Amino acid sequence: MTQHWIDIKHANAVLIMGSNAAEHHPISFKWVLKAKDAGATVVHVDPKFSRTSARSDFHVPLRSGTDIAFMGGMVKYILEKDLIQKEYVVEYTNASFIIADSYKFEDGLFSGYDPKTRKYDQKLWAFAKDENGIPKRDKTLQDPRCVYQLLKKHYDRYNLDTVSSVTGVSKENLLKVYDVFAATGKPDKAGTIMYALGWTQHSVGVQNIRLGAMIQLLLGNIGVAGGGVNALRGEPNVQGSTDHALLWHIIPGYNAVPTSAWPTLADYQKANTPVSNDPKSVNWWGNRPKYMVSLLKGWFGDKATPENEFCYNLLPKVEPGVDYAMMFLYDRMYQKKDIKGGMIFGHNPAMSFPNTHKVRAALQTLDWLVMGEVHDTETASFWRQPGVDPKKVKTEVFLLPSCQRGEKDGTTSNSGRWHQWHHKGPEPSGQSKSMGWMVVEIMNRVRALYEKEKGAFPEGILSHDWIKEYDAEEVAMRINGRFTKDVTIKDKTYKKGEHVPNFTLLQDDGSTTSLNWIYCGCYPEPGKNLAKRRDHTQTPMQAKLGLYPNYTWAWPMNRRVLYNRASVDVNGKPFNPDLPVILWEDGKWIGDIPDGPAPPMAMEGGKYPFIMQTEGHGALFGPGRVDGPFPEHYEPVETPLTKNPFSKQLSSPCAKMPKSDMDLLAAPGDPKFPIVLTTYSLTEHWCGGGDTRNTPYLLEAEPQLYVEMSHELAEEKGIKNGDVVVVESIRGKVEAVAMVTVRITPFQVEGKTVHLIGMPFCFGWTTPGVGDATNRLTPSVGEPNVTIPEYKASLVNIRKADKVTELAR
Amino acid sequence: MAKCIFIDTTRCTACRGCQVACKQWHDHEAVPTLQTGTHQNPPDLTPHNFKLVRFSEHKIDGRVHWLFFPEQCRHCLQPACKDTADMYVEGAIVVDEATGIVICTEKTKELTKEQCDEIIDSCPYNIPRRNEKTNELTKCDMCIDRVQAGLIPMCVKTCVAAMSFGEREDMLKVAEQHLERVKKTFPEAELLDAEDLGVVYLVSHPREMYHKYAQREIRPLNRADFLADLTRPFRKALG
Repeated sequence: MTQHWIDIKHANAVLIMGSNAAEHHPISFKWVLKAKDAGATVVHVDPKFSRTSARSDFHVPLRSGTDIAFMGGMVKYILEKDLIQKEYVVEYTNASFIIADSYKFEDGLFSGYDPKTRKYDQKLWAFAKDENGIPKRDKTLQDPRCVYQLLKKHYDRYNLDTVSSVTGVSKENLLKVYDVFAATGKPDKAGTIMYALGWTQHSVGVQNIRLGAMIQLLLGNIGVAGGGVNALRGEPNVQGSTDHALLWHIIPGYNAVPTSAWPTLADYQKANTPVSNDPKSVNWWGNRPKYMVSLLKGWFGDKATPENEFCYNLLPKVEPGVDYAMMFLYDRMYQKKDIKGGMIFGHNPAMSFPNTHKVRAALQTLDWLVMGEVHDTETASFWRQPGVDPKKVKTEVFLLPSCQRGEKDGTTSNSGRWHQWHHKGPEPSGQSKSMGWMVVEIMNRVRALYEKEKGAFPEGILSHDWIKEYDAEEVAMRINGRFTKDVTIKDKTYKKGEHVPNFTLLQDDGSTTSLNWIYCGCYPEPGKNLAKRRDHTQTPMQAKLGLYPNYTWAWPMNRRVLYNRASVDVNGKPFNPDLPVILWEDGKWIGDIPDGPAPPMAMEGGKYPFIMQTEGHGALFGPGRVDGPFPEHYEPVETPLTKNPFSKQLSSPCAKMPKSDMDLLAAPGDPKFPIVLTTYSLTEHWCGGGDTRNTPYLLEAEPQLYVEMSHELAEEKGIKNGDVVVVESIRGKVEAVAMVTVRITPFQVEGKTVHLIGMPFCFGWTTPGVGDATNRLTPSVGEPNVTIPEYKASLVNIRKADKVTELAR
Repeated sequence: MAKCIFIDTTRCTACRGCQVACKQWHDHEAVPTLQTGTHQNPPDLTPHNFKLVRFSEHKIDGRVHWLFFPEQCRHCLQPACKDTADMYVEGAIVVDEATGIVICTEKTKELTKEQCDEIIDSCPYNIPRRNEKTNELTKCDMCIDRVQAGLIPMCVKTCVAAMSFGEREDMLKVAEQHLERVKKTFPEAELLDAEDLGVVYLVSHPREMYHKYAQREIRPLNRADFLADLTRPFRKALG
């Protein structure tokens, strides 16, 4: 989230799209309803009518996978009717930037596409620069090569007729949403966008979010109260685990994973530290070397010295251009069979990964597997899954019992980036332990073995400043970071061992440590763990904003609303005087913590507000994404259409697809699989359901796998409510109970009726009689930038079951 | 002072936090359920489910209406269940004077199955359920143990945005305010039998659209009606 939960109440319009907020983030609705009470219009755009829709002012059903068409139409509407927040767009976004002539867009493809590698040469999408290396701009927005004009041209094709025909949304409904949301382009109005996996889990997932952000930039809705692009993060601490580099492509604090193309630290720093020649651009990532060196110092302690590149050479390096995401990891496990073993903690890929048949087969190629789990899961028990003879599985599986969250100290970071401590309640039951304890203990024993037996490359293991015994407080302090020697910065001396008060004091010379720079400041001195704060004190201005600066701590710097400098005009005057996020008073900012202390932009020393962008401006044109600088509608890889009305390019030209005998894909418009399947979570179960199916009250409320479908489809197929049906894709079949409902309606798409059905994915065979993995149906299709699977749109067929084997009846 | 729960169903997201929290506070066992084509589960109140979110869906003029009704005992000011129970076992159902909470006591074990059925029949909202194992008649006790300890009922504590708890007079005022606002969008909105109940529901749609017992067909009996109607069971027995 750029905002925080409470701030939703300030919105004049709430667009919930790609999210079922009321069901998956129930508390969010406390604030959505407050916004509604205050007069906001709440709109839910989603394939099915859900509990979120029930509480919204209106619901607009949309064919899954057509969000870009829907929003592209909104961009066209906003630009044609000139509903942008002009000053914001001209001053704070890159609308006025001139784009180099090498950028082109023709019939669905951007310039620089190589069909062999399915990759673009992104260098062609550059900003034109002046002799000082500063991007050229035309603040009148008239230059035909400025971003504003290119944007206008790009979305000119997204007219109501085409958008309506592709999305299955009536023109009347399109206009209704566009009208409500575009009205927030007025300087004193704000609209918020709440999204979740309904946007991300597509082959165009990143571009879905980009386009949402672009609309918010056009309407001046980022940085202001009640605005923002708000990712609703999941209960398993998705925000915190992402910050701490759960995914393979980053190391903590959103730093790129080292590759063999950067053999030295200097190479790494050079490749990852952007340079701006514009004195008004803060270019915050210019500080990256400080964060990287502090991280290395945090990892390797005294062993890390300037002479040995702070042990950068000891870090494992990935091969550039190789995708190590889970989808390709399991592909390698399945096809190359060269992965011997692994550890899986709190993750149930035999349920939650697409094409789970393949995952379940891949796991059987391992020699050993270590699982840290609260309960037995389909992954932990893959060797005894239905249809598998345990005697024929060679894998040795160790299931380490993990304690529950309430049985340990630790933190979670919520969607609003609040870093919140949770205190241990009861002792862990039985022999269960926290996962932190497991990791520390396993590594201590591995280290002992390396000490004793040496082996290949022991220094990679033994050089770490490894913690002796797991202690959440100590880890929190290490995340914050300490000074490694006495240092004087701006007339203030910090002693060796003192905590670093905030990340502006982190250094690139080895004098500071921090295991995650964005969290530096959360533990500014011993005994002062700000994540534990529960103080409601606030100034009257903060009270009006619903801002509690003394309650827990938010990264970065306890800032509650990101990019808040964009909430004021160039002279520092709030766009919405009734609800200022920050105010320039007596030579300083008050209210929220501003994005840096610099004075308003028009004053001497003033800075651009989008400090994380090299050029300092909100990116309407975004050359950093591998699949294009402007979002473009492509059909899902499995699509009921054979033609994309927007271009000759049917599906994403960059979507990633592993190829194996188990990775079958239905052809576009395949008559054998004419129905669109979308999958989702539900309130009562978490993710793959490992925890919640073992929570009897929750299983009582949602006991078995179901498939939601329209009355029209049910009638066509002779299915009655409550019948057991078989849902079948080219990859597998699944039994589910038919839930025939008015909440799903057929779509009229390109002159034909397209049916859509929806299924949760939380029910698995280790809980008897509840059904088994829905993801046996979904394809291994990955988004080009982050390889997130396309769970939300694939092709299936459905029929009444003639016998029932997976469900208790 | 009588306590009251006010439930604005137009703010309910059917998250079922109340349903689960109720079970947890009362340490109820989970009941086995099956998916039968609805999210409503268990299908009905049970001796282990004092609170149940009922779901009903309608499509009117092309627009979907999905209605949620977190069902529970209404804690009638003149509880018919108590009057009926009193005929057989004095003290089986009592009203707590301090709070107005209607309680099924352990003495309900002394009631026969037929007597329990009669009590259930007499409830205008079809709330109490008999535990066939213990022979007790059971229903929501408005978490009287919590209320007596100065806490609010567990369902209200868990609720995101739909329920409030307090003195009856205050809750009725809150209910009227909510009603006034909801009526702007749903002119047919009303408070269900508010004048007679300790649990007041605000509904946006005609009450019969929620479920069979959302509304009552007869007023709960007052003392005079009750005495006049004493012969009812006999008439019923005579067919």
